[in-house]
Amino acid sequence: MDIFDKFKPTMARRSAVLAAGRNPFGLTVERVLSPTVGIIEGRETILVGTNNYLGLSFDPACIDAALQATKEDGTGTTGSRIANGSFGRHVRLEEAFRRFFGKGHAIVFSTGYQANLATIAGLAGEGDTILADSDSHASIWDGCRLAAAETVVFRHNDPDHLDRRLARLKDKGGAKLIVVEGLYSILGDTAPLKEFVAVKRRHPGSYLLVDEAHSFGVFGEKGRGVAEAEGVEDGVDFVVGTFSKSLAGIGGFAVSDHAGLELLRVASRPYMFTASPNPAAMASVTEALHQIERRPELRARIWANAKRLHDGLEQLGFTLAAPLSPVIAIRLPDEATAVRAWNLLIDAGVYVNLALPPGTPNGACLLRCSLSAAHEPDQIDEVLRRFETMRDRLEMQAAAE
Amino acid sequence: MTPTTNEDAIFEAVTGLLGRHRPAGAVVTPATELGADLNIDSVAAMDLIMEIEDHFEIDIPVNQVGDMRTVGDLAGLVRKEVAAKQG
Repeated sequence: MDIFDKFKPTMARRSAVLAAGRNPFGLTVERVLSPTVGIIEGRETILVGTNNYLGLSFDPACIDAALQATKEDGTGTTGSRIANGSFGRHVRLEEAFRRFFGKGHAIVFSTGYQANLATIAGLAGEGDTILADSDSHASIWDGCRLAAAETVVFRHNDPDHLDRRLARLKDKGGAKLIVVEGLYSILGDTAPLKEFVAVKRRHPGSYLLVDEAHSFGVFGEKGRGVAEAEGVEDGVDFVVGTFSKSLAGIGGFAVSDHAGLELLRVASRPYMFTASPNPAAMASVTEALHQIERRPELRARIWANAKRLHDGLEQLGFTLAAPLSPVIAIRLPDEATAVRAWNLLIDAGVYVNLALPPGTPNGACLLRCSLSAAHEPDQIDEVLRRFETMRDRLEMQAAAE
Repeated sequence: MTPTTNEDAIFEAVTGLLGRHRPAGAVVTPATELGADLNIDSVAAMDLIMEIEDHFEIDIPVNQVGDMRTVGDLAGLVRKEVAAKQG
């Protein structure tokens, strides 16, 4: 028995994708010149798939904060907070998140992935039930797997189905933890949080966790996410998020008004048994959070950019997966076409994400774009011209076949 | 539908719910593999589980789905949950 035998189907599929050109799952950006431009295969490429929503990765104040923190506190924390203690920067960043959200409690984690793992697995114990949206991110599923609780699934963005599932579970003891995302990262659709909050309120013993990884900094007047935009922050028990998108760092957070959130520090393994976030990340994220508070124009810019690309792609005749948001997914008819389109765009100096099943809902084959406040309108127009060329080539190839 | 403990009836209902995953004319037996034979990946499996849960008005925890390889395994899970529901 070869330990790699189980990967044979995966390897066969990977080979088919590679045969169409380059490796979409192993692309190297040789140099990053700005939040929106990088060098790929020696060519200047417009980046439209970075999740760098507010474009803060090259912000001078964030860079200075990271440099200063490294000089003051060193390159790493070399251990976990329960064993090595917290740095002042961890505590100050948690205070900044409490203030930003107006919530009583906040915890920071080493990655966004671990934020979901730690919060879900920490909160939902033996006898509890997790109810997860069927389009949930892998970090949510992995949190569910790590939890001692049982997990059941409800249909994507379907509050009525959630309601029926909760009704069916009414005689089962234990708490019910409902897990949804604010903005879904693949299709770019948002959760009907008002309706989910209403369902939660009908079922005592239920709690709502919203992962705002892709919506934090972008949705809501203050950038607190879809719950703020929908006016239902009071009905959300736990907000989880990441530092690696709008905050342009690495790490994650959870905030809540429930004092019990603090128990995760002594009860949740992904918090307890990993190195704490490093000083540079803490410092740049603290500064980025201030910028989100001080610069609402960043949100105005990303929405204007998203509209420009969204409208332009629609005019070119592409089928878009969801209404306007900073994530724009283009549906293609099959995997071979999607891979070919992605390669043509890289050839033309445009980087977007290729998203294929089973990483996508309902077997969708997608080109996924994410906008940045740092994109200039003429960059977006150039991207649209290159999409048009790609579309024409695809049509020519299809006609030739 | 009224839940039943009839094993054949449960297997028949489960195979019926395989619906769009079932190749035309394909004979489904308890040994039919969900992945290899019916090409049901992890995402499609979740949709299928939700259809089955609503049909039988049961809850199948995702944690148990990982061990499920064949249609027979799936029917077994359903039987267990139907029996648990009926007490």
